[in-house]
Amino acid sequence: MDIVILFNALPGALAQGLIWGVMAIGVYVTYKILDLADLTVDGTMCTGGAVCVMLMLNGHSIGFSLFCAFLAGMLAGLVTGIFHTALGIPAILAGILSQLGLYSINLRIMGNRANQTISVNKYKLLIANRDNTNAILVVGIIILVLIAVLYWFFGTELGCSIRATGSNQNMSRAQGINTDFTKILGLMLSNGIVAFASGLNAQYSGFADVNAGRGAIVIGLAAVIIGEVLLGKISRNFAFHLLSVVVGAVIYYFVIQVVLWLGLNTNDLKLFSALVVAAFLAIPYVKGKYFAKPVKKGGVPRA
Amino acid sequence: MLDINGISKTFNPGTVNEKTALDGLSLHLNEGDFVTVIGGNGAGKSTMLNAVAGVWAVDEGQIVIGGVNVTRLAEHKRAKYLGRVFQDPMTGTAASMQIEENMAMAARRGKVRTLRRGITNKEREFYKEQLKILELGLEDRLTAKVGLLSGGQRQALTLLMATLQKPKLLLLDEHTAALDPKTAAKVLEATDRIVERDHLTTIMITHNMKDAIAHGNRLVMMDAGRIIYDVSGEEKRKLTVSDLLKKFEEVSGSEFANDRMILS
Repeated sequence: MDIVILFNALPGALAQGLIWGVMAIGVYVTYKILDLADLTVDGTMCTGGAVCVMLMLNGHSIGFSLFCAFLAGMLAGLVTGIFHTALGIPAILAGILSQLGLYSINLRIMGNRANQTISVNKYKLLIANRDNTNAILVVGIIILVLIAVLYWFFGTELGCSIRATGSNQNMSRAQGINTDFTKILGLMLSNGIVAFASGLNAQYSGFADVNAGRGAIVIGLAAVIIGEVLLGKISRNFAFHLLSVVVGAVIYYFVIQVVLWLGLNTNDLKLFSALVVAAFLAIPYVKGKYFAKPVKKGGVPRA
Repeated sequence: MLDINGISKTFNPGTVNEKTALDGLSLHLNEGDFVTVIGGNGAGKSTMLNAVAGVWAVDEGQIVIGGVNVTRLAEHKRAKYLGRVFQDPMTGTAASMQIEENMAMAARRGKVRTLRRGITNKEREFYKEQLKILELGLEDRLTAKVGLLSGGQRQALTLLMATLQKPKLLLLDEHTAALDPKTAAKVLEATDRIVERDHLTTIMITHNMKDAIAHGNRLVMMDAGRIIYDVSGEEKRKLTVSDLLKKFEEVSGSEFANDRMILS
């Protein structure tokens, strides 16, 4: 176990963590703001990459391709939203249905192949895994811009109505908010961001793969929850919360890198991820249930 | 201001849980009417308010608010005509949002929500002034999360939100029932003040007969999804609790078996 190997792996882990941080911001929009667990992202985390790579292979620019990836994600979110609101399917199930359907759609996007490679030598990519410094810089800037845009958006009348829907649906409807519309909008925004992250991920790794999104929701949730547990208490600021989600994703990838270095079998990674997320999800509950300080009642005599 | 014409609602039709909650109910309110509604459990009081608010569609009948037929309008579309305060203090406000954000949400009821800023500095000053009316010190806590407030404070805030834009109709669904007597009295006092100031047409459900008599210009008693007693003006002012109990037995043919109402 040479520590140098670990150090060499860290820039890659940081770059990947940042890319998945973008994805986790998308998960944050549904899971935290809208209070919905949306499993569509397991599909959209592949769709975005597939759309982006296929468009680039067909000669379109990187900007246009990423934009279309974003739109494709929004479309997937729209479908889940309609399943959930207009057709009354529970949110979790609606997401699972979209995710399953997307598997076939993703294969079709990629010309009925399980993966499509895009060479950094032949195409002008935004980021690639052979230049981690550039990837970290570019994705870092993207994250800052994304956080600024979301900070602005959730402060607008429309953004506030999405937050209100997540906080209290009865109140929202009583205040004239069409909660079906706000839920659909939130799901679209979330999946758009995830698909955009998928587009970045495909470029970084040099290929789009039909399995790229498997378990994506778990990684997204891990980032959201790790960020919240470790940094949530520091500030109430919304932008800071989004940033802590990104930090959560980076920490997640550092941890993965360390356990791989310690000799964990790559095949066991998904099991490890599931356990990490389970542990972090349980922390607030376990803390409250078993480690809560007893409240001192008035009238207790003091010495 | 409000015309309810023969509305009916049956829940779970065709099952063992079938329950006719509203049975051809009609009620007409003039502008500025402040009606208190009493009745036993399951009489259909809250169901009537929910029908007006559009929580679900009625089976038959018509609801007209200020000349607009809203019978087929979705809940969020009717909201622009209505101010609502619920029995549960948790229902009327968004706990994870700030006091000013909740108020800004109410100030935009019935308006198109755009990409303009969710709350402006000018509004903040206005909200501060409004909160002073409640006399709860909330005017100094504009950015506090509503989840930190007590039940009474949340109810008072909901009341303020419901009337921030003058509604055509104010619906109060036992809005003091979950509060301790002292807080309840305070919220009721604020209710009277606001209703009087804005001349609001109001329906207030209460389980407290004394309150039903003391407030408003009209009193309505419900039983089995219908209105069985409707009194206003001078006659209402002279009512006593025992009058009401007698009236109930007389009209419904059963005893007013509701400890909650008798004891309070």
